[in-house]
Amino acid sequence: MAWFGRRPSTRLASLIAPGTLWLAVFFLVPIALVFGYSVMRRDPFGGVLPGFTFEHYRRFFDPLYLDVLGRTIGWSLLVTVVSLALGYPVAYLIARERRRRRLLLFLVVLPFWTSFLVRMFAMIFLLRDTGFVNSALVAAGVIDEPIQLLYTPFAVLAGLVYGFLPLMILPIYASLEKLDDSLLEAAEVLGARPAARFLRVTLPLSMPGVVAGSLLTFIPSLGSFVTADLLGGAKQAMIGNLIQNQFTVARNWPFGSAASFVLMAVVLTLVLVYLGRRDAAGAPIG
Amino acid sequence: MASRQPAVEFQRVSKSFGSVRAVEQVSFQVEDGEFFSLLGPSGCGKTTTLRLIAGFETPDAGHVLLHGTRVNHLRPYERGVGMVFQSYALFPHLSVERNVAFGLERHGVPRAEIPARVAGALELVRLRPAQFAQRMPSELSGGQRQRVALARALVLEPRVLLLDEPLGALDLKLRKEMQLELKSLNRSLGITFVYVTHDQEEALVMSDRIAVMSEARIAQVGSPAEIYENPRTAFVASFIGESNLFDGQTGRRDNRRVQVDGGWVRLWVPSQPGLEEEQPIQIGVRPEWMDLFPLDQVPPGENAIPGTVQDVIYLGETIHVLVALDSGASATVALRNEGQLIKPVPWTPGSRVAAAWLPEDSQVLEPDR
Repeated sequence: MAWFGRRPSTRLASLIAPGTLWLAVFFLVPIALVFGYSVMRRDPFGGVLPGFTFEHYRRFFDPLYLDVLGRTIGWSLLVTVVSLALGYPVAYLIARERRRRRLLLFLVVLPFWTSFLVRMFAMIFLLRDTGFVNSALVAAGVIDEPIQLLYTPFAVLAGLVYGFLPLMILPIYASLEKLDDSLLEAAEVLGARPAARFLRVTLPLSMPGVVAGSLLTFIPSLGSFVTADLLGGAKQAMIGNLIQNQFTVARNWPFGSAASFVLMAVVLTLVLVYLGRRDAAGAPIG
Repeated sequence: MASRQPAVEFQRVSKSFGSVRAVEQVSFQVEDGEFFSLLGPSGCGKTTTLRLIAGFETPDAGHVLLHGTRVNHLRPYERGVGMVFQSYALFPHLSVERNVAFGLERHGVPRAEIPARVAGALELVRLRPAQFAQRMPSELSGGQRQRVALARALVLEPRVLLLDEPLGALDLKLRKEMQLELKSLNRSLGITFVYVTHDQEEALVMSDRIAVMSEARIAQVGSPAEIYENPRTAFVASFIGESNLFDGQTGRRDNRRVQVDGGWVRLWVPSQPGLEEEQPIQIGVRPEWMDLFPLDQVPPGENAIPGTVQDVIYLGETIHVLVALDSGASATVALRNEGQLIKPVPWTPGSRVAAAWLPEDSQVLEPDR
């Protein structure tokens, strides 16, 4: 393919140019715009007025908003931990499975075929007072009358875990599937019982998958707003809801932009700290 | 040191995977301190046999004993054997030191003792601890990984060490070096080695005894010399070294010899128990035990089959002459190279020759099962 150019540097440039261009136009430019908005003055009818101020950032550090941010981080951590606890065994099982592996992987990916929104609506039908969970529990005699599941923190947690679980399972599966059986056998013949074998060999070698899965779950959880809106009612607002609200209802674009930037800074800091600690511990990173 | 109990014993052990019979009715004993090789082509069941000793597989039938104790259902971590894997199986997330220490930690060796024992094991396999202890497996060459894998197994001082084609991935020179080193470790440490290989030369070089396996069964167990010079079946004769095979029918016998009718040549083979008159027989002759003569100069008393030289192959140490025998079969005759520039072999393609050998150099083979 001569038009790629013969010199390696030319060829490299022509290969990465489309992606770079795409990112520049649809990622860097919007981010620059959002940052620009976040230091401009508010136009009460939406949009921004010229000017330069850090007032919106200062406003964000009000306990009211910090509380929302803290709650969001807490929720997202919980979502990540629960997803990890539920997802790791599933990934492990699929990786061990020989014959039905393709079918199981297909089932894990299946939810992605429907929109996230539809899946969250499905959760409403599951969790509402007359929903499947309550009916089943009543029918089984576990409870006498329906308990409140929908519009509780539990519903938000369940929805987010349900939504992001495949993103936890797939990377862990990928790293477990690469795991050489002879390493496990070597551990066993060296005296490792199943628990030690798991903790000393399987788990450390699947850490790249755990890290990737955790990030893929944690970060979208931080920014999610649909789930909290639909399943949590108005009470379980997360920072995503706050930001969305500023742009749509409150028509305070600068403040929404400032909140977005704070959230982004928090995400970046947490991720870097997380990866940095793992580096310092000497564990391999994917 | 040597106990009366065999280090490893198989009593009619069978193991199938689905419909595939991997090991069938296999019995053998490995003496304490012995270097014992399981030799055979891929798929013959040698690796399954090793895995049955390690405890990665449990037998469908029969008994596996270690030092006289039945271990059929003991897990690998309960058996106290060491193992070196074909792929080395070093833990990629642990340094050389932590790899070697892994087994010690699992066995609850006091922390204070571990560094010294790790260093001792590394020195045993000739890796300088100061240089290698902190390296990761990915920073080692194939030969060095092999040594670490060996140190990791030896540090636990197992009584039995299992090795699954450990030298397969090394280049020829390194492999020969390691063969001798393994042999000397076996001698100096007094550990029983059970060694799986498909390389017959490797087995001959290192082993005290070899079990030749074929199609899930043991074809023959014996010392390298027994296996090479007195193979029991055609399979063993042709798997270990080269062999020229001839079919025939036994005829009359005298006190020392039996006549074999090979169609239109008469051969003599040494008489041996069980060899009756008028039965089909297969004999094998090693290429280097044969010689070539002009048709009219065959020494009296030797077996001789006439034929035409097809090719002369220069191998350095020896010259292989391929002969198309008049009987329709072909034979390879290995002649010592006495210097082709000074004293070349007188045969060229097309020469009429007799391939001849002494009757006592004929190996009478049992039919393969």
